[in-house]
Amino acid sequence: MANTRPAPLNTGVPFLTKGTWVLIILAVSGISVLIARLFFGLSFVTNLDDQYPWGIWIAIDVATGVALAAGGFTTAFLAHVIHAHRYHALVRPALLTAMFGYTFAALGVCVDLGRYYNIWHVMLPSMWQGNSVLFEVGICVMMYVTVLYIEFLPIVCERFCGRVNLPGIFAKLNKPVDNLLHFLQRIMHKFISFFILAGVVLSCAHQSSLGSLMVIAPGKVHQLWHSPVLPLLFLLSAFASGLAMATFESLVAAKAFGLKPEIHILRRLGRFIPILLIVYFGAKLIDLVNRDVLPLLLENSVQSIMFWIEITVGIVAPTILLLSEKIRQNPATLLFSVSLVVFGIIINRVNVFIIAYKPLYADKIYVPAWTEVLLTVGFMSILILLYRTYVFIFPILEMEEQGSDV
Amino acid sequence: MTTRREFLKIAGVATTTMVLPAQASNGPHLDSERFGVLADLTLCIGCRKCEWACAGANELSSYPIEYYDDTCVFEKYRRPTTTEYTVVNRFPASETSVQTDAKVQCMHCEHPACVSACIVGALQKDPMGPVTYDADKCIGCRYCMVACTFQVPAYEYLNATTPQVRKCTLCSDKTLNGSGKPACVEICPREALTFGKRSELLKIAEQRIRRNPDRYIDHVYGEKEAGGTSWMMISGTDFKELKFPEVGDESPAVVTETIQHGIFRGFSGPLMLLGLLGATMKAMKKDPSDG
Ligand code: SF4
Ligand code: SF4
Ligand code: SF4
Repeated sequence: MANTRPAPLNTGVPFLTKGTWVLIILAVSGISVLIARLFFGLSFVTNLDDQYPWGIWIAIDVATGVALAAGGFTTAFLAHVIHAHRYHALVRPALLTAMFGYTFAALGVCVDLGRYYNIWHVMLPSMWQGNSVLFEVGICVMMYVTVLYIEFLPIVCERFCGRVNLPGIFAKLNKPVDNLLHFLQRIMHKFISFFILAGVVLSCAHQSSLGSLMVIAPGKVHQLWHSPVLPLLFLLSAFASGLAMATFESLVAAKAFGLKPEIHILRRLGRFIPILLIVYFGAKLIDLVNRDVLPLLLENSVQSIMFWIEITVGIVAPTILLLSEKIRQNPATLLFSVSLVVFGIIINRVNVFIIAYKPLYADKIYVPAWTEVLLTVGFMSILILLYRTYVFIFPILEMEEQGSDV
Repeated sequence: MTTRREFLKIAGVATTTMVLPAQASNGPHLDSERFGVLADLTLCIGCRKCEWACAGANELSSYPIEYYDDTCVFEKYRRPTTTEYTVVNRFPASETSVQTDAKVQCMHCEHPACVSACIVGALQKDPMGPVTYDADKCIGCRYCMVACTFQVPAYEYLNATTPQVRKCTLCSDKTLNGSGKPACVEICPREALTFGKRSELLKIAEQRIRRNPDRYIDHVYGEKEAGGTSWMMISGTDFKELKFPEVGDESPAVVTETIQHGIFRGFSGPLMLLGLLGATMKAMKKDPSDG
């Protein structure tokens, strides 16, 4: 095994490439939609109405975003809870994506809220509403974002302890900031285990609660998906999603930044994905049988077709592929297989929140406005840009040892 | 049938909460004297005076009363909106039914899904019946609209800064302090709407059906629907044909509240998981086999 350790990116890849510029343009367009929403209201930029109160901002930015950010807690569990040290290399990149993924899920909610300036009401104990599934999701996500930022602190300390070098007049603050970082580094050491554990628990809680959200509308959610075990299905799929995303990110980052893919770790991690997928698939199947809805699979409708795609492309195909050692060993085929898993998760969340949703009196179906799509794409672009910026500044990705770094 | 459904539900909830005992939810506290409205659709003539009175009572933008004589609106099925908390729809006679006019508004459920869903408690079930809304608490997540069993609340999407969820208030400003009846009940020239104690209204409804079995179908819509509602209807036409949803006798909030309480009561679930993970973390630390 090569001698590697996390370090700021030093492979000589320039920060600004053609791709980066495209992302910047998308990000700016996304932000203009956000500004339009603030000034002209939701009806100006969305196709939402009284029949369809939730659109892709909830289904994709929030529900899917959170599921795809599951890499944070799954890798933390592997590396820190059961001490499978070989997966350490995946923890930091996954933590970073989780941190930004959740931040943008939270921002996505805020854009969608009619009275976003009241969001702090969720934190007021006098308004806590324990019956509300959404309250549970909200409070867990808020706590988890905080935990993620705390988990990131040691990386900041590692990077800047003894190296604080503020420009100009701030130079006077170098010493105090450095002392603060040293202090943080010392105390964080003691508490970090607790935060890691709390992060895993909070993740399990809100990943499953996201599934409970639609349980309250039995008349409106297609029977192929509506089930009291939706929370369990969401949790099980989040496990698979977490590992698939960690693999996906690692391979894509290696490609983008000219690093060697960490195939020796990834092919081992890849073994768990089919197992998790089989458990998830089994639970889904038992649930369908239990609720007597198997005949709906043969129904000729958008819903049943989408269900089939979700199952075959998103679960069965990658399970078969990833069971083969040969496929796991090759970065290209591994990337293809985990992409299918990621695709399956996205389709599943979109299915539950949009495709399955049949309001009682709709006279048309909901199709997102182009501005809704643009905001979602814009937010994703900002997320990727931030990730890119951070790996250039902080020790996130594993680099070959080099005397001293930048 | 019920037992099987019951079993599946319990099995589902039990799986979700894993080993924790699930505690069913009983819904909000209700006063035995609580009131409601009974709408006798066989008496309604579709004059839409209630629409006009409702707009006035709730200070919504409206038209002069003559406008409401226009029957063109009946060509399209309508739902309540941000400026019309109640609308009347006309269903023409068919082989199986007589012409029926049916008023739509929030049902003021006894165990409302919207109230159970609301993230900050902006929607509340008053023990006396009305489901009330506090715009100052509301964050505008619209989960209440996703949850509503009867697809009633409307949202002010056009309002960029202070949008509200809009629905029938059961005229709670008058009915809760006993100073009057709902505006729609008061104006109805045919006395198709009766305001009173819910238990009394149920008796009246049953009496009318019993005395005139040819005039009515044997169903009080809202007596049991979704766990019961404050607004109830009797009719000569099957409610399905009048586009009232078939919703089952239990509030959908029962299932979600059972799941929620099963997992989070006293934070026992999360705390157990935290302990379990903590123990695992400690136990596996010394394991040298990995590295
Ligand atoms: S009809 Fe809908 S809005 Fe009215 S109380 Fe019931 S759930 Fe709430
Ligand atoms: S939109 Fe307002 S009233 Fe409705 S659930 Fe959200 S916070 Fe509650
Ligand atoms: S009870 Fe009041 S708010 Fe509700 S429909 Fe009648 S007049 Fe309108």
